[in-house]
Order: sequence, then structure tokens, then C-alpha cells
Amino acid sequence: MNWLTNFVRPKIRALVSKRDIPDNLWTKCRACTQMIFHRDLEENLHVCPNCDHHLRIGPDQRFAQLFDNGEHSLSELPEVLSDPLKFRDSKRYVDRLKDSRNRTGENDAVVVAHGTMGGHNVVLAVQNFAFMGGSMGLAAGEALITAARLAVMQEAALVVFSAAGGARMQEGILSLMQMPRSTIAVEMVREAGLPYIVVLTDPTTGGVTASYGMLGDISIAEPGALIGFAGPRVIEDTIREQLPEGFQRAEYLLDHGILDMVVKRSEMRETLIRLFGFLMSDGKPAIAPPAPTPTSTTDVAQIAPPDETDAPSPGQD
Amino acid sequence: MESNTFLDFEKPIAELEGKIKELRHLTDDSDDNIASEVTRLEAKVDTALHQVYDKLTPWQKMQVARHPDRPHFLDYVSGLIDEFTPLHGDRAFGDDKALIGGLGRFRGTPVMVIGHEKGTGTAGRVEHNFGMAHPEGYRKAVRLMELAARFNVPILTFVDTPGAHPGVEAEERGQSEAIARSIECCLKVKVPFVVSIVGEGGSGGAMAIAAGNKVLMLEHSVYSVISPEGCASILWRDAARARDAAEALKLTAQDLLGYKVIDRIVEEPLGGAHRDPEIAMSSLGDAIAETLKDLNDLTPQQLAAQRRDKFLDMGRPGVQ
Repeated sequence: MNWLTNFVRPKIRALVSKRDIPDNLWTKCRACTQMIFHRDLEENLHVCPNCDHHLRIGPDQRFAQLFDNGEHSLSELPEVLSDPLKFRDSKRYVDRLKDSRNRTGENDAVVVAHGTMGGHNVVLAVQNFAFMGGSMGLAAGEALITAARLAVMQEAALVVFSAAGGARMQEGILSLMQMPRSTIAVEMVREAGLPYIVVLTDPTTGGVTASYGMLGDISIAEPGALIGFAGPRVIEDTIREQLPEGFQRAEYLLDHGILDMVVKRSEMRETLIRLFGFLMSDGKPAIAPPAPTPTSTTDVAQIAPPDETDAPSPGQD
Repeated sequence: MESNTFLDFEKPIAELEGKIKELRHLTDDSDDNIASEVTRLEAKVDTALHQVYDKLTPWQKMQVARHPDRPHFLDYVSGLIDEFTPLHGDRAFGDDKALIGGLGRFRGTPVMVIGHEKGTGTAGRVEHNFGMAHPEGYRKAVRLMELAARFNVPILTFVDTPGAHPGVEAEERGQSEAIARSIECCLKVKVPFVVSIVGEGGSGGAMAIAAGNKVLMLEHSVYSVISPEGCASILWRDAARARDAAEALKLTAQDLLGYKVIDRIVEEPLGGAHRDPEIAMSSLGDAIAETLKDLNDLTPQQLAAQRRDKFLDMGRPGVQ
């Protein structure tokens, strides 16, 4: 059980992290163009103090902001086939991957950690838009499956922070197949009677929204986040007219009944903890999960060989 | 059968068939010389078809998959399904004509059939929105799949869509949620579920009804995460590079069988399904019948487990 022993203390992480010496002491807010001093930005959870714009942040910052005392352990994620299509556009896919790895220090777009929030067991899967636009390929799918299994094993809630342009084109059809695969991950958590909460962050579009992104027991979004199926440019090209003001923004989706709530980053942790309180008790699911069925046994364990799964089990007709 | 619409790479075929038509037009059949010339030309057409269709490039397959005369969902329904009884509406907003479904009999067995309909002719294409479904289409699909599961009726889906409709109303009514729920429903139902990709398998809009126990694919169909045009305009910033994108995306049935994303390729008649829809339909019908027969041995629980394991294994190292 590597992911259990692979304990990384956030403090140790912070010592060696690049974030200690920011390249740039000032960050320009994308919304109001105000320059923000890095320390103020950090203190304000990367939300612009001037206009309340929620800047995009990565997994490290989410974990630090959300877990009790920021303490968490990272999950080791399974190896996946790299570059199954031998894809090349103006650049080789393997080179794009290498660049993103160097830039982010992460292996792929989704990072998984577990810890507690308000004492409740929680697995967090955070998608990093900085890693190839957060795109969902084999690695992201495998990360979500790992996160779901971990949540089931630890009787933890699963919270996914999504941020992605969609599926990773460079993995072709196999990236499309992450839609059903990530849906299966959600199902595993559901069947165990554990909460699955999605926090949609800026931006979440395409195949990511159209699979695990929209399947949360509770759907939350950060203010102003762009969320949709088709990207705004694609829609504009189709209808050949200007899109309405605020179209596909979190507040617009809330108005159209697509989200449960829009929650500010400063209130995210307490909101999630309150929800866990309603849905879980003492880290246990509030409602006992149904008795294991033959299908759910294969979820928790490794995939059984086909012969085993095909074997008749009691209770079937 | 002769086709009236020729693709750019079918030029030699078009010329030969044009000549045949002319000869037939000029004389009656009694002229022996001309009759033998026609036979000779027909043999040449066959050879030319072989030359072209035996080695279609991915981009050419894309064009064949989108051929206006290619049989569409409603053609397969009339060819393969008896007593088809369409069922309409999502019970919340409306009825989507791009995604159609209903009960019927397939070789005697009651089935639920669901598929994308692209429409034929300009008016037909507009009526069916070119096979691009709105949220109410996917919600209808969910309703019909659940209905089938309650009465233990196998589900057959036919995929042929450029993708889900990208538009303001579709977004406002929750296009993503509708697709996500539809995929979830596909994975859950405890009845045999056979998917046939008969034309264009376009991204999430296709995936919404394609997470079945077995996925069959017609020889010249395509199935992709994004259209070659879309991919080219994002990655090359030039939609004209669609040909290159089609190569890179590995979207042909032959490629997908290698990745185990599909289970079986169904052969098309020489020159594509549109040249002889009857043959295309009976081949697909036979393949569906055989697949359903294999799935009959599985219990309801095993059917759901098989589907889940199949997708979990997909693309894993060592499984490929």
C-alpha cells in the first residue's frame, strides 16, 4: 500500500518548494489588472483583494488551504501508458508532457491526497490547469479511480476540484474513454454510501464537465468560474452571434439550476466541512452502505481476471 | 448500386460509372457490343473500388463515414427492427429529433433501440439537427434505458453524430450533466447492451450512448475524441490541417480494435455501406445477433460487472 506509507509533510514540502522564492513578487490580476503583492495574494488564498477575482491555483495550494492544518499525504498514482498514439502535432506529445512536468513539478494533471477536514476523512483530487490545460487522459482517469478506491477503503468523502479544457486530444480515443472510466470511479464512491462532492473551478469544460464534473452528490463552483460543455468560442462560431453577458459563468449556471451553490474560496473549507457533517458521522457514512454485491467486490480490490468475475455468485438468478 | 454523390478520391469511379450511364442512355440493351462494353466497364469499376477502398486513409474514411448517402439510424431501424414503436420526450423539456429511440423487435426479440439520426436531404438534416443532440435527447435516452432495464429488454444503440450540439440553449439546459448521466446510466443498466458505431462517433455526444457491453463498428466508420477539423484548429491553429489530424487521432475502426476500445469490426460492402445498404444492414444485423447471443449467458449482475471491468481495463499497460 504505497499511497499509505508515502507520507509527505506539507512543511517539509514547503521548504524545498519553489514557491518560497517567487519569480515575481507581484502578480497582475487577470480581471482588474491590479498588481498584487505575493504575500497579500497568499494570505488572501489567491483571491484578488481588489475585485475578488479567484485566481487559478494548483494542487499544493488547495491541499494547504483545505486539510486540517494543511496536513495530508499524497497518493502514489499508477503508471500509465505514455503516448499511446505516438502523437505529434507541431510538437511531439512526449515533449509537451516533459515541459509540463518540468514546469509544474507534477507527473500529470490530477494530484490526489488524503487527510482530514474538520476531523472527517477526506480524499481530495485536484486537477491542475497549469498542466497541459488540466486535460483528462489516461493519467487523470487512473488518478480518479485511485482516489475513489482510496475513499472507499478509508471510508472517506471524495472531493474533486476540477479544472480542465476537456479531454487530452493527444491521447485520442483513449482520452474519450476516461469519461466512462471516471464515471465508474464516481459509482464506486456512491455504492459505498460515501459523499462525492465536485468543486468546479475556472475553467472546466468539455469531457470533464460531461462526466465526473457533473455527477457530484453536491455541485459547487468557485465564483466567476467558466463552466460548460462546449467552449464559448465554439458556440460563437456555431451561432455566429455574441454570447450573453456572464454566459457559462458559475453564477449563470446557478441561475439555470445546474449547480447547488457558488462558494467563495475563503468559505470553501467551512462549507465542505458542514456538508460532511450532514452526510457523514465520525468519518463513517451517515447511511450504512448496502451489502456488498458481486460487482462491488471487484471495485475495491484489483480488477479480477474475467474468469473470476464471470463465475456465478450467490444471490443471482 | 451506383452512387450519385462522389467523394474527391472516387473520381476514377465516377468517370467509369458516368460512361456506363451514358452508354445505357444511348442504346437499348439489345446492342451486344455495347452490352459487352458495359460489362467490361463494370468490372473496371469493381477493380477501381477495390483499389480505393482497400486502403482508405483515415481522412478518406472520415469522408465515407460522413457520406450523405450512408445509411442512417432510421434506415437501420427499418432494415433491422420489426414493429418499431418510437417513444418520445424527456418528460421535462421536449423531444429531441437528433436522438431517437423506441421499442421494437430484433429478429424476434424485444429490444430498446436508441440512436443518433443525422437526417437526409437539407430539410431532413435541419429537422434532425444534423444528428447533434440537445440535453433533452440524452435525458430521453436515460429514460428509455431505465425503462428497458426495468423490463429486462436488451438495449441496442446506434452511434452516428458529429457531437453533442454546441449552443446557448444546450448549455443553459445542462448539456454536460445530461451527457454525464447518460454515460452513468449506460454503465449501470443490468441488461445486455450492444453499441454499433455506424457512421461518425463524435466525442462526448457519441460516448453518451456508447458505454455498452460490446462495441461493434462498421469498417469505414470513425470514432474520435474530437473532429479532425476541431483538433487541427486547436493544435495546428489551422482547420485545413484536418487531414493530418485525422491521421494523428487514430480514429479508424482498425486502429480502435488495436486499442481494444471496440470489440469487433463489421465488414462493409465494396465501396462502402452507401453502395449497398441492404448488405451493410444484414452484416451488422448478424454481428448484433451473435453478440447478443454471447451476452445471453451472463446474469444481470455479470452484465454490469463486465461493462465496468471492460472500461476499467481499457488503456491499462499490459492489457492492451
